Parts: sequence; C-alpha cells; structure tokens
Amino acid sequence: MDWRQLWEIMSAPDNVPIVGLIPLLAFYIYLAWKQAHANDVLIEQLEGDAALAKTHHRKTWPFQAGWQKEVHVWPFLLRIEFLAAIIVTIILMVWSITLNAPLEEPANPNLTMNPAKAPWYFLGLQEMLVYFDPWIAGVVMPTLIIIGLMVIPYIDTNPMGSGYYTWKQRRFAISTFLFGFIILWVTMIIIGTFIRGPGWQWFWPGQTWDHNRLIYEVNRDLPDIFGITSNLGKGIFGAIIVGGYFALGGFAVFSLFRHYMPKDFARMSLLQFAITQAFLLIMLALPLKMLLRLLWHIKYVWITPWFNI
Amino acid sequence: MPEEKPNGKNGGRVGIVDRVKEDVQAARTEIPAKVKEQIEGLKDPTKTQVYTSIFRHKHDDTPRNRALGVLSNVFLHLHPAKINRDAVRYSYTWGMGGITFYLFIVLTFTGVLLMFYYHPTKVQAFRDVLYLEHDVPFGKLLRNMHRWAAHLMVIGVWLHMFRVFLTGSYKKPREFNWNIGVLLLVFTLLLSFTGYLLPDDQLGFWAVTVGTNMARATPLLGHEGPFGPQLGMTPYNDVRFGLLGGSIVDANALLRSYIWHCIGIPIVASVLMIVHFWRVRKDGGISGPAPVVLEAEADKPRRGPKAAGE
Repeated sequence: MDWRQLWEIMSAPDNVPIVGLIPLLAFYIYLAWKQAHANDVLIEQLEGDAALAKTHHRKTWPFQAGWQKEVHVWPFLLRIEFLAAIIVTIILMVWSITLNAPLEEPANPNLTMNPAKAPWYFLGLQEMLVYFDPWIAGVVMPTLIIIGLMVIPYIDTNPMGSGYYTWKQRRFAISTFLFGFIILWVTMIIIGTFIRGPGWQWFWPGQTWDHNRLIYEVNRDLPDIFGITSNLGKGIFGAIIVGGYFALGGFAVFSLFRHYMPKDFARMSLLQFAITQAFLLIMLALPLKMLLRLLWHIKYVWITPWFNI
Repeated sequence: MPEEKPNGKNGGRVGIVDRVKEDVQAARTEIPAKVKEQIEGLKDPTKTQVYTSIFRHKHDDTPRNRALGVLSNVFLHLHPAKINRDAVRYSYTWGMGGITFYLFIVLTFTGVLLMFYYHPTKVQAFRDVLYLEHDVPFGKLLRNMHRWAAHLMVIGVWLHMFRVFLTGSYKKPREFNWNIGVLLLVFTLLLSFTGYLLPDDQLGFWAVTVGTNMARATPLLGHEGPFGPQLGMTPYNDVRFGLLGGSIVDANALLRSYIWHCIGIPIVASVLMIVHFWRVRKDGGISGPAPVVLEAEADKPRRGPKAAGE
C-alpha cells in the first residue's frame, strides 16, 4: 500500500473538488431520501384513508388552520439568501487561503504530461475513450447526454411527484437518473481521476504509479472470436449484433413497461416511447461495452471501413 | 436737505445702502430660521427629496411595505412578494440554484480584477500569472478564489439539477426551463474549460490538447472522424481548427479561449440566466414543496371546470 501515492492524488489541488463532491453527494442523497421516505409514508397513509385525504394538507410538515400558507419574501427568504451568500463566501475564502490553485511549468508542446488529463468534470468522457473511439466518446456521447437530458421532461409522462420528493411514485425515473448520474457520470470521473495513472493504465488506490509499467494485453475484436475474417463479413456481423441489441433491447424495454409500468406506457405516445427506448439502450450500452472490454478484452463489435464501434 | 429722488445721483447711493442694511437685517432673522428648518428636516432624512426619489415607499413594518420592498427594487423583484411557507426550508431546495448564481457573480467580480493583470499572449500569459502569484497584493488569493469558485460552481450546477430532478420540478409547466437549465450546464462547463488554458501552463495546455483532440474525430466535421476525410476535412479546415484558430494549441488558441471565456460565453450565459429566472417566475414560482398527489388522482385535472365536475 503506497500511502504517499494515495495522498498525492487525493490532495492534488484540482482533485480536491472531487474529494469534496463525494461526501456532498452522500449528504444530499440522504437528505432527499429522508424527505422522499416521509412523503411516501404520508402517501400510503392517505391512500388508505379517503376521508383523511380530503382534509389533509398533503405535506409532511406541520400545518394548522389559520396559519398563513405564504410568507413574505422580505425577510423570510432574503435573510436566508443573505446568510447563504455569507457562508459560501467564508467557505471560499478559507479554501482560497489554505489551498493554492495549481500552476505547473510553462506550457511545453514537446513535453507530454503523463497522464495528460482533462479537467476533472470531463474525466468521465476521457475514461470513455478507453471503450469507444473518440468520435463516440468525445462527440456523439456528450451530444446525446445533452439531448437526453433535454428530452427528459417530454418523455416522463408520469404526472405524480411534481414538486415533492418521492421514491414510490417515480421508481423508474429516479433509478434511471441515479444510474446515469451517480453510476455512470460520477463513477467514471472517480475512475478517471483516482484510478487512471501513467499511460492511462488501471492503478488501484494505493498502488504506486509506475511510469515504466507495461501491460501485455491483447485486445480482440468480436468478429475475430467467431472467426470472421473478410471485411464484408465483419461489417454484416457487426450490423447484426448492434441491430440485434437495439431490437432485442427495445423489445425488453417494451416488455418492462407493459408489465411493471402499464399506466406510464398507456400515457406515452409512440414517439415518446421510442425516444425513451433509444436513450435507455444507448445509456446501457456504455457499461456493457465497458464490461466487454474489462472482462473479455474485446475492442470492437462492429468494424467497417469508415467507423468502428 | 435735498429732495430725495429715486433716480438721482445721491438717491441711488442711498438706495443701495438702505437695501444692504435691509438685507443684513433680513439675513439675521431669515437665515437662522432656514438653519432651524434645515436641522429639523435632517432629523428625518426619509422625508428629504433625495431620499424619496430613491426609495419609493415607506419603511414602516407593514405587509404592504414588506411587499413593496421586494417589488420596487430591481434586484429583488426577481422574487415574488410572497412564497410558499415551506419553500423557505433549506431541505427542499438546498439553495443550490441561488448559490450557483452567487458564485457566478463572485467569478465575474474576481475575473474582472484578474483581467487587469493578464495579457492573453504566449509571451506574457504565464509571466502574468507568476506576477499575480508573487507581486500583486492579494493576487494569489484572487486567483485561488476564481479557481475554486469555478469548481464550486460546477458542483453547484450538478447538485441543483439533481435536486430539480428528484423533486420532479421539470414536469409540466416547467419543461422548457429545464432545457434552459441544461444549456446553462453546458455553458458552465465550457466557461470552466476555456478558463483552464489561460494560465498557459502544462496542466491547462495538455488538458485542452486532450479536450480538443476529440474534436478531430467529429463525424463529418473532423479530419479523423467518420466520413470526415470523404468530405474534404484536413487538420487545417476542420472543426478543431475553428476552435483553436490553428492546427495546434498555440497563441491563437490562447486568444480564442480568452475571448470566449471573458466575453462570449459570459454574455450568452447571462442571457440564458435572465430567461431561466424569468421563466421560474412565469411558470408559477419554484415548484414546491407541493401537496402530494395520490395515485387515484394522477390522471384527473386538479383545477378548472373538469376537476369541479368530478
């Protein structure tokens, strides 16, 4: 266990935000879960008691007849905003006094940094470069992430859970988002920051970053395993595999919705459902490709003269 | 005794003397009166013309004045006069949107100060940062604050989006504002990324090299991307060339990222922020905490004649 190495990575000034992000995320997930749980208990109670549902104020926080439903922004909100600004300023000041912004040697195109890393918030994309060609990892995937985020309000037809925390009413939406945000985005950033060392090789936390380490690793393409050698054969084979993934996966999503979310399915138009399918499958393709690579050393699934996937 | 003639030679002189005497007499009584009046007036400065021209309403602690205090102030009128009593609970909003906006203001402030000491040229950029670190009073603190506020802003945006998702706040009628928010996320990341190159050190140089190398592979528009070469893309005319102003990260790339960082993206992001805040108000204020909706009521309209009929 190389503690010094571990400390070096954890305390690198630009990595501190990620080290800070982890407990922050844990805290806010806890805060959200606590409120979601309280609301879910209330919902269950109201659903079992129609008379109470008619008279209850429908929130977990106390409310009595005669209390005002609204409060003045001045001072009740503005004082909080003012306090928040002061607290953020203090945190920022203390952080800025105790920790210096990184400054390396002057830029030198002839001396490559190893590892050369993008800013931490882009390390998820850089980590994706291991599993996909740059046009997918660097261009198509970021574009799809942005478009995928933008279509969320238009494909989520569930009218419940608007304006309050809940888990039971939005299981699918929330688990999908948690998967995308925590498992894919944040975990990939953590891998890219703390695990990837010189040569973008995998170093477990505490393992010394050995600049001379060589890994003898033969990556194969999926068609090779099946003994397909001709270019035409590889192209057709890959198209069948990728097409099959989307066809079978699309059917699986359909089946999932029909059995477990029939009401959501009934609310969705064909276009909404097709977009949901497409984005779900593309999102799932990322960890699948990661597993193919990490466990079976498979590089490409679909090989054509113009692009490889 | 000569007759006093109002227009005579002597008469004129006597008139002036008399007037002066009269004025002196008047000054003795009138000026103290004015002084007294002035002092009386200053005892209550809120009644002066200057004050009432700035502040349009009284400050007595009445509901009306509390509302006016917010509504008649250009900075505060982003807020409504009143909000949902539970919306001020920190646990619901986490305050992340506001904190992100505050960090943007901090970054603008520290950024403008940094611009006084920085030249976006290959010769001077790195030296300017050294100068900031070692010679400019509080220069190091200024740079540190700018750097860490930028990182905090990225985290703030993520947590804000996370909260908005978990509370379902993107749902009708706020779909469009979620989209504006996604664009603001993109511009926040781009702001941070363009700033990364500016110190012109190894860290920024290689980060931007790695980042923009991906643009080589843009489908159709990059010289290493699918169908790029077929469309005549070379390292000297593709999308990466446009981003860097050259085929390598050099002086033009530094200038370009400086201009995007300090002028281009802040303007676009500010416009989007204006729209974002405006839409928060126009879409009905912040989303909650709203009363919970039960499964049985989910597909029923909650307001309007249809709801009343059921």
